[in-house]
Order: sequence, then structure tokens, then C-alpha cells
Amino acid sequence: MSQQNEVQNPGKREFLKVVLGGSLAAFTGSVLYPLLMYLKPPKYEGLEVSTVKAGRVDEFERDSGKIIKFGTKPVLLIRTQEDEFRAFSAICTHLDCTVQYRKDKGVIWCACHNGTYDLTGRNIAGPPPRPLDKFRVIVQGEDVVISKNV
Amino acid sequence: MKKTLIRVYDWVNDRVHLEDLVEFLGKKYVPVNRHSVWYYFGGVSLFLFIIQVITGILLLLYYKGSEELAFESIKIIMSKVTFGWLIRSVHSWAANLFVLAAMIHMFSVYFTKAYRKPREMTWLTGMLMFFLALGFGFSGYLLPWNELAFFATKVGTDIAGVIPVIGKPIMIFLRGGEDVTGATLTRLFGFHVAVFPGIFTVLLGIHLVLVQRQGMSEPLAHEDRPEGRRVTMPFFPNFLLRDLLLWLIVLNLLAILAVFFPWELGQKADAFAPAPAGIKPEWYFMFMFQTLKYIPARLFIIDGELFGILMFGLAGLLWTIVPFWDAKSSRGEKNRLVSYVGIFVVMYIIALTILGWQS
Repeated sequence: MSQQNEVQNPGKREFLKVVLGGSLAAFTGSVLYPLLMYLKPPKYEGLEVSTVKAGRVDEFERDSGKIIKFGTKPVLLIRTQEDEFRAFSAICTHLDCTVQYRKDKGVIWCACHNGTYDLTGRNIAGPPPRPLDKFRVIVQGEDVVISKNV
Repeated sequence: MKKTLIRVYDWVNDRVHLEDLVEFLGKKYVPVNRHSVWYYFGGVSLFLFIIQVITGILLLLYYKGSEELAFESIKIIMSKVTFGWLIRSVHSWAANLFVLAAMIHMFSVYFTKAYRKPREMTWLTGMLMFFLALGFGFSGYLLPWNELAFFATKVGTDIAGVIPVIGKPIMIFLRGGEDVTGATLTRLFGFHVAVFPGIFTVLLGIHLVLVQRQGMSEPLAHEDRPEGRRVTMPFFPNFLLRDLLLWLIVLNLLAILAVFFPWELGQKADAFAPAPAGIKPEWYFMFMFQTLKYIPARLFIIDGELFGILMFGLAGLLWTIVPFWDAKSSRGEKNRLVSYVGIFVVMYIIALTILGWQS
């Protein structure tokens, strides 16, 4: 009986295949899509900063460096021997470690893979592929203010 | 007592026919040859995994997996909880011994070419478990939320991000955001205590069933020997008792290490502190860490780090699929190339690890 139907209506089987196959694909998609999207972490707002007060000028010794919180990111503020303030992103361009000022060598150094930058943020030795991102430092009266280099 | 046991056995046997299993165990033999000593390392790995499951569950009773509480909760485990220091120390030490035992097991299987036909699937499940063991190590390392762990996780997840196209989404998935934060801790905690153990248990089941089904592999040179000249040992009880004796020795070693060299907790992680000088990864990642130090920033036309990561990825892949490109061993012929590759890999790992420790 059903065999007869098949011969008489070859289009009917094709139609059912498309409808059922399509439904299956749509069903699978509608189950997987929310699951996959759930894995993607949400973006947290309200943490963007463009300017940060680092502290008072006399808090920073000459020839020293300090990590300043810039929103959620670390920024390295250096007061050079020549009494100049400079600020760089403290995130090593190699593999994301946090760099530090090396007083003994007068360079910026990353302990993780021995990457070295000079005091202009240029990568001079070791594996870092790019210079450190620069920040602007403004001395407003007694205050040291760091802002994004725009 | 004995009568009760027999009655229980009969009751179960009546329903599920245990005698088949008993007969199978009675007929199971382990080959005896000059490489027999390596047969024990799979069992030792299994034993250490069981230790990890037990001590891991015990730690879960007090551990709190959040940015604010993780470090403090481990401090409490180590100072306030009775024998908490012991459980945590055993868990840390057993993790290291587990990777070591699995490594010895893997290399011994590689050098005796025990992965050859018909045991390709055993090798593959073993390799997947080995990678999972490294994943266990990596994810578990962050859980105390200390300084070393924080930077190790930054570097480790950043390495994933270097891979073209798929790298960045993978990195964000692993970190639970752009940076390593409490969200990363929550995710890796979930992997460490739920996802990895689940997958591992399935792979372990397949691995063990295959070993039971196919028996131990014999070295190539022994396979041609006539039946009469092959020496074997009954699995039950001879081999099993030896296994258990070794497990007892490992347990004692573990106790000595945990008591006399307790695992340190270090400093609490601070996202705004520079990476401490002398920072090093766990010993089993050391050779890769040291290699990354030597590769220059740019190599040919690509970033040095990308080059290093692609090379390690490729080497790992070739190693995993060795049963499929080493056709000679499957035919029962000697394959010196495979042995030389293995010797090179072992020497490379040892040399770079030593260099890493010295620097």
C-alpha cells in the first residue's frame, strides 16, 4: 500500500524529507544557538576611564616607577633621573604580564620572559614584538594626572 | 563471614553471571620481559588520579571559588581545618607526580611502540587524557589565586589568543572576558572540578576496557617467539599484588613529600602589581616557557611567539597521531626514525627544563 503511494507520489517523499530535515536543522540550531551565545561573557560597562589622578608629585621619587590603576588596566608611571614623568601601559606586548621599572638598569622589564623596553617604551631586547602603549602625563600644580594618549 | 560473602556472591551471580568475569580474570596473563617494569606506570597514574579525586572532593568542602575568597579559603584550609594542610599538600604533590607518572607511561609506550596496530585507540585515549592532565594542572594552578598563578594564567591564556582567527574568541572564552579576573577563576574552577573530570572518566573507561580486551603489548622482538618461549605471569593475583605494593610505596612517597615539603601558598594575586622576578611555570610547562624566551620577536614574516606556538602545536599533533604515520611498527618492522625522534624530544625537554631552572 505504502509502496504504491511512494511510486505514485515521488514528490511527497521529497517534500517530507525537506520539511522534516529542515525542522531538525532548525530545532538543532535553536537549541545550540543559545548555548553557544551563553559561553560568550558579557561586557561590563562603566569601567571606561580616560583620565586618572596618580597622586602628588612628591609621592614619586626620582628614578622610580609605580603601577597606577587606570580603570581596570595597570599603567606604569615613571619619574626619570632627569625629573621627567612618563607613563606607559604596564601590560607587556609579548604575553600580557605586568612590567616593572628596573632602577639598576634604567629600563622597563618584564619578569615573565625577560622582555626589555627603554624609557620611551620601545622594545629593545627579548621577545616583545611591539613598544608599550604610551599615556600622557600632565603635572597640574601638585598633582600628577595620567590620561589616554588621544 | 565467609558464608555470608559466598551468599552475596551467589545472589549477584544468579542475576548477572559473574562467573564469566571471574573466568576472564583467571585467564588473564601479563607478559614478562625486560620492559615489564614499564607496565606499572599506567597503574601508578591511575592510582594518583584516584588520590586526586578523593583529595579534590575533600578540598571542595572548604574551598570557595571566588576572587575575594579563594586565597583566604585556602589559608583557612591550611591553618584552621584539621589536617587541611595535609590534604592540600597531598593534592598539589599528587598532581605533579600524576603528570610525571603519565609522562613516563607515555614515553615508555612510545619507545616500545606499543601504540602500533591494534592499539591505536588506546594510545589516542591516553594522549587525550595526558592533555587533560595538563589542563587539570593549568586550571588547578589558578585556584589558590596567588601571584604566580595569576601571571601563569595570563601568559597561558594569552598564548591561546595568539592563534590566528580562532585564538581571540578562545582566549575570551577561557578568561570570561578580556582580562584575567574573578570570572576566569570561576570558569577554570568549573573546568577543573566538573568538565575535565567528566571527560577524563569517560576516556579512562575506554582506555581500561581496551587494555583488558587486548591485553598488554609485547615488545616487537618478543612477538616472533614461539608460544612456549614466552614467559607470562597471571594478572590475578601475581601482577595485581605487585601493582598494589607499588601503590603503597607511592602513597608513602606522597606522604613524605607532603609532610616534609609542604606546598606553599605564596602572595595573594594583585592585578596591579608587576610580575615578580624569577617567575616560573610548573615544571611540565617549563620547556615551552624557556623556548618562548629564546625565540626573537619576529621570525621570517610572523611573530616569534606565534611561530613557537604553531611549532609546539604541530609537534604535539604529530606525536598524538604517531600510530598513523609509523606504518613500519604496525607491520612488525623496526622503525629507528621514531626512536630517534623520541630521543630528541626527551633530550630537548630535559635540556630546556634545566636551562629554565637555572635562569
